[in-house]
Amino acid sequence: MNNNVLDCRGLTVRFGGVLALNALDLEVGRGEILGLIGPNGSGKTTLFNVVSGVYRSDGGSIQFDGEAVTRLSPQALCRRGLARTFQRSRLCLSLSVFDNVVLGAYRRINSGVVHNMFRRRAFADELKLYVEKCGELLAIFNPQLTTRLFDPAISLGMIDRRRVEICRALIGQPKLLLLDEPSAGMTQDETSQLMRELIAVRRQLGSLTIVIIEHEMGVIEQVTDRCVVLNYGRKICEGRFAEVATDPVVREAYLGRAYTKSPVGPA
Amino acid sequence: MTSAQRAAPWPAIIAAFVFAGMLAAVAAIDNQRLVIALLCVFAVVWMAAMRLGVLARVERSAGQYPHALRGAILLAALAAVALLHEDNFGLLMIATVLLYATCCIGLTIQLGYAGLSNFGAAGFVGTGAYAAAVFNWLPWLPDPLVLVGAGLITVIVGSLLLLPVLRTRGHYAALTTLAFGIMFGVFVDATPVLGGPQGLKLAGITLLGWDFSNDIRVANFVISFYANYVLLALAIFALAIFIASRLDRSWLGIWLDSVRLDETASAVFGVNIGWWKILAFTAGNFLAGLAGATYAQMMGFIAPNNFTLADSLMLVSAVILGGIGNRWGALPATAILVLLPEKLQFIQEYRLLLFAIVVVVILMASPAGLVPRRIRRLEPGVVA
Repeated sequence: MNNNVLDCRGLTVRFGGVLALNALDLEVGRGEILGLIGPNGSGKTTLFNVVSGVYRSDGGSIQFDGEAVTRLSPQALCRRGLARTFQRSRLCLSLSVFDNVVLGAYRRINSGVVHNMFRRRAFADELKLYVEKCGELLAIFNPQLTTRLFDPAISLGMIDRRRVEICRALIGQPKLLLLDEPSAGMTQDETSQLMRELIAVRRQLGSLTIVIIEHEMGVIEQVTDRCVVLNYGRKICEGRFAEVATDPVVREAYLGRAYTKSPVGPA
Repeated sequence: MTSAQRAAPWPAIIAAFVFAGMLAAVAAIDNQRLVIALLCVFAVVWMAAMRLGVLARVERSAGQYPHALRGAILLAALAAVALLHEDNFGLLMIATVLLYATCCIGLTIQLGYAGLSNFGAAGFVGTGAYAAAVFNWLPWLPDPLVLVGAGLITVIVGSLLLLPVLRTRGHYAALTTLAFGIMFGVFVDATPVLGGPQGLKLAGITLLGWDFSNDIRVANFVISFYANYVLLALAIFALAIFIASRLDRSWLGIWLDSVRLDETASAVFGVNIGWWKILAFTAGNFLAGLAGATYAQMMGFIAPNNFTLADSLMLVSAVILGGIGNRWGALPATAILVLLPEKLQFIQEYRLLLFAIVVVVILMASPAGLVPRRIRRLEPGVVA
């Protein structure tokens, strides 16, 4: 058995006549940070949706942590240790920051109705534990967020909402984290700030495996070990960012011939 | 928790007595002009309470002193009963308000927490009422069992709807439940065993050997037998508040809210959406059935036209008027929706029009309802 966290073979997804993913092979090694790049509509988010169980694949197989998980439900995949964020923020804005983050711990908490309704003391202990955990996790990103644990999420700025979303994905201690364009809607300064925080968190949590979709090449250069470039649902190139960035096929399809260097420097 | 957030217990206590006093006054007074004047006072007081942050203070103190709140509500209710002691109709109105409010809390769990639209609430209330009537054919069956049994029957009948409710969302789910509400009426109307359009009679409640059709005598003071029903309705309302508040103020409340707000995100984080929807639907239907059974035994007579589409819509509008997702909003909202049409008999057919105008005006002034939902307070000891 190989040591890959994620193994996709011949993955195919069709939307009517469009092949969103066309027999895609993808491997993600343990402890790796993989960048997933490619033009809009190339199938990056579709891949995330299939891997996290939101869409069902029309062909091919997925192995997660050595186990066949093709066509499993999102819930089943979550239980096996998969977590993700979304391209467009999917926080429950009317709920508190704590409510939003603790949703990510559902697979850890999972206590029954009787427990919640009638064993208030046990619940209070559990609650105390998770208030601390949420506070600690948020503090790594932004210490000010710990004082806003019970403010509604809508009162936060864009970058803090992103931090909360990433914390929600991290608090369940996943084996694989899928980050769908964390820089969307943020300035370049905010983006590189967030990436520095992410790397700091990852150092604290042990070597978490991450797949990251990004259009900001500076981010990709800064954080990834390896990149996969998609176009029209196919993998057109794979390798370290420096190699991928100079590949003529990638330049033609995505980066543009004039691409020389990222606007955001390394951290 | 900082000292600034520490509230005093008296705002909650005063609020309980003011509300009970208002309710008793409106229920007791027959003079039309006086009723209108009182309603205006009520509206002004409420608006002022919202604008000046008094309502928020009341809620904060109620949250921090649950025992004081419970005691105050019980005392205020007893005071209202004593005030109205010989006014049968007034007491009946108050018991009705409490039972409708119970049903609204059921709807709050469904609509406000889990996001399940239920436009057939009257059908579920009716199921409970008819179940109680059928249980009445077995005179040896003790009444507590009749009431709980009627709630369970409602849950079972409601579970027939689970499949469509789980498979539909938004407008479609609304239509499914709407259809149930209408089918319930048609079914009862066409079933001779259930009395058809003539309806069924029920016996009054006997609880622990105490016959509810007896007046209560305290020394020389006589209190109408309807007071029994007011106190029972209050107990059932308290049960509903207990269930809703324990649901809301635990992990379950967070899971239910995420199911309502974002099914995809919830599913990705492992939330078993179907299970939580079933739980909310079941809990809501149980409360509706329990309230319906009590209402039926209190009235002593039920017919299909007690449980029409109009009643379902009225219950949903009470939830919206009270503030979607705030369990306490059910009480002032049902007080307005039940008492207003009764007290405005003198304008005859225009009363529904006026009633609609009142609802619209309130929602224009306060779009989030009479008692808007606030951020969840999970456990006072752990979290401010």
